[in-house]
Amino acid sequence: MIGAVPMTHGLMVAGMLFVLGLVGLLVRRNIIYMLMSIEIMLNAAGLAFIVAASRWGQPDGQIMFIVILSTAAAEVAVGLALVLRFYSRFKTLDADVANDMRG
Amino acid sequence: MTAVFYIASAIAIVSTVMVITRMQPVHSLLYLIVSLLAVSLVFFVLGAPFIAALEVIVYAGAIMVLFVFVIMMLNLGREAAEQERRWIDISMWKGPSLLALVLLALMFYALHSGNPGAVSGRVVSPKEMSIALFGPYLMVVELSSILLLAGLVGAYHLARRETGNEERRRS
Repeated sequence: MIGAVPMTHGLMVAGMLFVLGLVGLLVRRNIIYMLMSIEIMLNAAGLAFIVAASRWGQPDGQIMFIVILSTAAAEVAVGLALVLRFYSRFKTLDADVANDMRG
Repeated sequence: MTAVFYIASAIAIVSTVMVITRMQPVHSLLYLIVSLLAVSLVFFVLGAPFIAALEVIVYAGAIMVLFVFVIMMLNLGREAAEQERRWIDISMWKGPSLLALVLLALMFYALHSGNPGAVSGRVVSPKEMSIALFGPYLMVVELSSILLLAGLVGAYHLARRETGNEERRRS
């Protein structure tokens, strides 16, 4: 129990956000949407850590959130650079265009 | 305070559903920012005020600004002007701003009704977190800095303009 809100409710919110991000990643074919869905999923994982930190009253979960935050920042920088390269080569943002290899 | 948690969670889920169902990238970006703000309010209520501030500054601030930059850069050409005209239209921003107004009211309520983190048993203060971060978790700080440096170098390398010898290397 975290006060009046049970821990399961916080974890349920995190799980729903994660599943929504996963659905967005699987359904949408636009690369920008796929990156946004990855952000949603990382954020949901961080929410689960914060709920756990609140449950036990320890700072460890918040430190894991900082790790997730820096991972997301590095990931989005590289990902958006890849999006720019992708668009300059294929003139579209459809991820299915890039499904063939040249070799 | 429990009502703040549930309403903010509901706003986060609703705006995330809107993110993955919109057709215009800028629309879903606005909803994504609202979703991150709602999650930040959840953090505040759960007794992590420093993490809530970090969420607003880094996620809703820096990362979303990167997304906006890229979307603006990709929207070149003559259709950009009429698209801009459509963005000023009220139907585009009334949903996100309505959700953001509810969040603002919730935040005022949470700030006025006593100490942060009334839902959780204990508020983990920034001081306590910093002592843990630079004590037993010092290696995490170093690894994060190396990761960010690698991300910086990788983003710089990938976003460079294609030069002539790129073609030669590929053939």
